[in-house]
Amino acid sequence: MELNARIPSGPLAEKWDRHRFEMKLVNPANKRKYSVIVVGTGLAGGSAAASLGELGYQVSCFCFQDSPRRAHSIAAQGGINAAKNYQNDGDSIWRLFYDTIKGGDFRAREANVYRLAQISVSIIDQCVAQGVPFAREYGGLLANRSFGGAQVSRTFYARGQTGQQLLLGCYQALERQVAAGTVRMYPRTEMLDLVLIDGAARGIVTRDLVTGKVESQVADAVILATGGYGNVFYLSTNARGSNVTATYRAYKRGAAFGNPCYTQIHPTCIPVSGDYQSKLTLMSESLRNDGRVWVPRAGGDGRPPQQIPEAERDYYLERKYPSFGNLCPRDIASRAAKEVCDEGRGVGPGGLGVYLDFGDAIGRIGEAKVAERYGNLFQMYQRITDENPYQTPMRIFPAVHYTMGGLWVDYNLMSTIPGLHVLGEANFSDHGANRLGASALMQGLADGYFIIPYTLGDYLATAKLPRVDATHPAFRAAEAEVGERARKLLGIRGQRTVDSFHRELGRLLWEHCGMARTAAGLKANLDRIPALRQEFWENVNVPGSGEELNQSLERAGRVADFLEFAELLCRDALHREESCGGHFRVEHQTPDGEALRDDQHFCYVAAWEYQGPDRVPALRREPLEFENVHLSTRSYK
Amino acid sequence: MNLTLYVWRQASAASAGRLSRYEAADLSPDMSFLELLDVVNERLTRQGEAPIAFDHDCREGICGSCGLMINGVAHGPLKATATCQLHLRSFRDGATIYIEPWRARAFPVLRDLVVDRTAFDRIIAAGGFVGVSTGSAPDANSLPVPKTDADLAMDAAQCIGCGACVAACPNASAMLFTAAKVGHLALLPQGQPERMRRALGMVQQMDAEGFGGCTWHGECMEACPKEISIDWIARLYRDYIRASATRPERVAVEVAL
Ligand SMILES: Cc1cc2nc3c(=O)[nH]c(=O)nc-3n(C[C@H](O)[C@H](O)[C@H](O)COP(=O)(O)OP(=O)(O)OC[C@H]3O[C@@H](n4cnc5c(N)ncnc54)[C@H](O)[C@@H]3O)c2cc1C
Ligand code: FES
Repeated sequence: MELNARIPSGPLAEKWDRHRFEMKLVNPANKRKYSVIVVGTGLAGGSAAASLGELGYQVSCFCFQDSPRRAHSIAAQGGINAAKNYQNDGDSIWRLFYDTIKGGDFRAREANVYRLAQISVSIIDQCVAQGVPFAREYGGLLANRSFGGAQVSRTFYARGQTGQQLLLGCYQALERQVAAGTVRMYPRTEMLDLVLIDGAARGIVTRDLVTGKVESQVADAVILATGGYGNVFYLSTNARGSNVTATYRAYKRGAAFGNPCYTQIHPTCIPVSGDYQSKLTLMSESLRNDGRVWVPRAGGDGRPPQQIPEAERDYYLERKYPSFGNLCPRDIASRAAKEVCDEGRGVGPGGLGVYLDFGDAIGRIGEAKVAERYGNLFQMYQRITDENPYQTPMRIFPAVHYTMGGLWVDYNLMSTIPGLHVLGEANFSDHGANRLGASALMQGLADGYFIIPYTLGDYLATAKLPRVDATHPAFRAAEAEVGERARKLLGIRGQRTVDSFHRELGRLLWEHCGMARTAAGLKANLDRIPALRQEFWENVNVPGSGEELNQSLERAGRVADFLEFAELLCRDALHREESCGGHFRVEHQTPDGEALRDDQHFCYVAAWEYQGPDRVPALRREPLEFENVHLSTRSYK
Repeated sequence: MNLTLYVWRQASAASAGRLSRYEAADLSPDMSFLELLDVVNERLTRQGEAPIAFDHDCREGICGSCGLMINGVAHGPLKATATCQLHLRSFRDGATIYIEPWRARAFPVLRDLVVDRTAFDRIIAAGGFVGVSTGSAPDANSLPVPKTDADLAMDAAQCIGCGACVAACPNASAMLFTAAKVGHLALLPQGQPERMRRALGMVQQMDAEGFGGCTWHGECMEACPKEISIDWIARLYRDYIRASATRPERVAVEVAL
């Protein structure tokens, strides 16, 4: 397999313009003759489906929730970045580009990231025009905040519900196209396989989650915008339904998987409270603007926080990173929390927590002001923990949050399978080894509103696509495989529930492939995961039948894929003998415990190619070339 | 803690349903309500029984997937709280809890606690948007919006589309849902050009879906996890009446198109 990133030539700032001119167009009258499948209705899929419908393509759009409005994007809290420089504080496209490249620890493609920064400004325009009620100043203009360690105020937000408002804008645009007849929406429908004909993506096989009907959907191109795979860890901040099935099925059909080991662990989440825990709740990063993170200086200090005098507290982020302090990037803050807990200085049940303290802020600006800034978050915290954060510091702990890895795509967002495009968190493209806050929403909408409408046209205008329909043997075969798999899962009737396998898999990954990874731990996982998978296929109990609404069957299919994908994740983590961004290999650190990159050997994208069941996947490398920025060591000291 | 549950079980849309009794033991008060159902389902699965089907996804009160009638109250006893954000500490040890799906003609039950809410999507498709295609937007700051309007619009825009308003209403009306969207867009300059046809189109669709009319009980507001006020319904009436009175033919034709 050849990895051709198809990066346009010319100076960085002119690449996208030039490319847009050079790409072929589909004649407006011909657009309605092309059909496109969009899987996913989050920011990436929803914006793509709406925009392609507006252009006149025949779009079929799928999601597993009961409505496109409920995609996981709805939960994003903090905000969306854009290089508008409305605050006159020194922001620019170049600065957003540079921050994103550096934040990603120099493991992303320059050309993609630059384009993202360029497009960011149009996204805000589009969303405001749709009626997204962003926060405003008294003068009526848009408000901004600084977020995720950025030193400029470039984040646009709608209270703590930015993802919700952006997604509703996008969902409304989508429903407008549904009414116009250009988009046909299939909610409660899950994609279970990808179908290739003559090497190109020509459709998918779906299961209707209410009736169980398995069907083929044929099109001229397929777009996956199916989100991230954070739930491979079982516990994460993702919605419960988020899964890897669509992208993993595409991988098994030949799409290379890029950098699966790049996972992001968010430092400020509410700690686990018991075995029944089903998900972890994120506390917005914005809390670190005013909250101070600390643990007791001495291990095993069981005193309530109020009784620990100032001198016996360790504000370890401020101590270790004096210039960024509590605002240092996510990967760094998470690892630092793990370190202090490993030293036995963690707080709360099991010692798995650190304090996020607003005492100083309340003293400085008053409780009312703190409530105005964070009231809804404090309320959410209190609702979950039954503790009052105005009186006692919050307890927080890192949790799996986002996955930078995803299907490999070229500059046109096309995977290694012609006609299969991948958008949003599902692709690997823009965040390198670590994503900065407020940039996933930006990327999802950039991909869907402003990139795919152009690049898909170029593909359709140039591809030679024979006419096919669902009677084609490739569709028939894929349908049969999907049906057979369901029958197999339903026929086992073993002793263990689907969730019990998922939890066990999650523990293995969290322990050995989480915030700190070692060769020994990863190798142990590469032994244990296949064994767990085998047990799953012999001993799982999936009740009910395939011809009905059966949530156990849905979960079983997803967990079966996680059980395979987890191995790929560990394999990638084992091969990358360096530390970068969210990937921290204990063997590769500086004397003071910081990540140690190895640019000489690992300045590339690792794209894994499936080789068949029980065979080691092949590693392809896309070298990363930096012509415009200098590879430096990330320092937030 | 221990709880006795009576849960609505219904195999499919076509079959009859009934309440089944389950004893749930050794629970933690820190468990969420949906985690309670998870625990019951794990046990049912191990016993070879069909687990209870229910909708959920984000489990943090924002996606609007979850929604249960808990002891006859939409989303249960806590105000401004979606089912997924409710914890067992809100219940007495030893309590008996009745768990049922949303009940409304326009929300048919699909299985157990899962209902079909696609009627809401069709109401939005009937006008709940601003008709701007991608690429044609002016600079975001070219049109100032008074902060008070933007904040008020956000109050309405917060609706999570869960359907609790319908489930709580004695008439199963979708007025609060519809009014929240009409009100959000009517407050913003971007929403003005389509304001009248939006109000008419969405209300017509709401009626066509079989939702009841509003007789001002206010139960919707009580049940709403986002505390959306019935004042929005008053605003909707104003727009609707104005739209019907001033441009009935033109608007009707446009809606039909
Ligand atoms: C709690 C939280 C807060 C966050 N806050 C921020 C923030 O403030 N700023 C920021 O920039 N980012 C934030 N993020 C990250 C950001 O929200 C996500 O990365 C982004 O929304 C992903 O969007 P997406 O469109 O790629 O995928 P998603 O929104 O995950 O959508 C996936 C879609 O694919 C569908 N789907 C998946 N698999 C299948 C299948 N097999 N068949 C059919 N349909 C399928 C789903 O139904 C869904 O519609 C946050 C994330 C979390 C978890
Ligand atoms: S599960 Fe999302 S609102 Fe309850």
